[in-house]
Amino acid sequence: MTTITEKLELFEVFVRSKRGLDHKHVGSLHAEDHEQALEYARDCYTRRSEGVSIWVVKSSDICASQEDDADCFYDPSDDKPYRHATYYVLPDPVNNM
Amino acid sequence: MTTSQEENFMRKISAEEKIEPKDWMPDAYRKNLIRQISQHAHSEVIGMQPEGNWLTRAPSLRRKAILLSKIQDEAGHGLYLYSACETLGISRSEMIEQLQSGAAKYSSIFNYPTLTWADVGAIGWLVDGAAIVNQVSLQRTSYGPYSRGMIRICKEESFHQRQGYEAMLALAKGSEGQKAMAQDALDRFYWPALMMFGPHDSESAHSQKSMEWKIKRETNDDLRQKFVDQTVKQIEVLGLEHPDKNITWNDERGHYDSSDLNWDEFWSVINGNGHCNRQRIEHHLAAHEEGEWVRDAITAYNEKKRAKKAQHAA
Repeated sequence: MTTITEKLELFEVFVRSKRGLDHKHVGSLHAEDHEQALEYARDCYTRRSEGVSIWVVKSSDICASQEDDADCFYDPSDDKPYRHATYYVLPDPVNNM
Repeated sequence: MTTSQEENFMRKISAEEKIEPKDWMPDAYRKNLIRQISQHAHSEVIGMQPEGNWLTRAPSLRRKAILLSKIQDEAGHGLYLYSACETLGISRSEMIEQLQSGAAKYSSIFNYPTLTWADVGAIGWLVDGAAIVNQVSLQRTSYGPYSRGMIRICKEESFHQRQGYEAMLALAKGSEGQKAMAQDALDRFYWPALMMFGPHDSESAHSQKSMEWKIKRETNDDLRQKFVDQTVKQIEVLGLEHPDKNITWNDERGHYDSSDLNWDEFWSVINGNGHCNRQRIEHHLAAHEEGEWVRDAITAYNEKKRAKKAQHAA
């Protein structure tokens, strides 16, 4: 027997809590289509005025890097400490730049 | 346009709320933003050229790696800004076209040549330093995507100024020749760095509207003063001579008084007569044209992949 959730699509929900801020991932839900996902997201994730704008994206449309591969995926920046401001030691009187 | 739309827009602006891409906005606000953000993006991209000039001649592997990282950041910053600008409905290729035809401007500081290695230090310290003063202020700009881009850029930019100052410090504490080289770079880049803040407020064509709409949050002259003030101590610590012989602390104002700038030079460089204006655009054009095959290869590869997928599906 197929359950209802198997017939529906999975959507990821992103909420902007305040104008000017980034949309942040808050969770996911099942819905028939984008419109329905938006309404569900409103009911589910913004019941206490948590947001001013919602994005819904089909989970299957998200391409994600693999955390298991994180070591080799990011290791090109491991040996570049000079990309950080704190790497540079400056005299105290000008150290606030 | 209806009054209520305009009122609603102005209500958001005065309540310090951000304007987001899908909001209604006056055409002139959109135009003004496109001009400013694209000019900002072009500056990041063209700014890679004067520094790139010293990449293969950096005095050590360490300095070379640092410089390479900085230039890489500038390309990234250009990308953040182009993307922010695209949310306003202009395409990337339109912007590039406007840069190459001269319809869009970039910061005139990048039309000055980098004659010695010390110039690379002076650019990081003074040019990026001036840019930071401007960008810190722009973190509070009224357009959401621009503001978020500025926040990200400011986080990354601090290393640029510090590496430049560190390189200057090494020269200033070095041999007589090295110290002279540092002084010369300071003398040449100090004034154009001050010009980066644009004309006096009274002469600035876009300032008033930009301030009303909170695209800009502080005036050209106020930002310039901040930079003048913070730089005095930094020059002193280097043990170099201040290029402005009129620099004096004014107790009453709580700021340094300084000489007026050579505005004839400013306008002349903006109007295309700087040392490197032609070279910068020619180089951009050449790089763009030489990169054609890369763009072609990407398109060809994508088409091949799509065709393969279609075949599998059939």
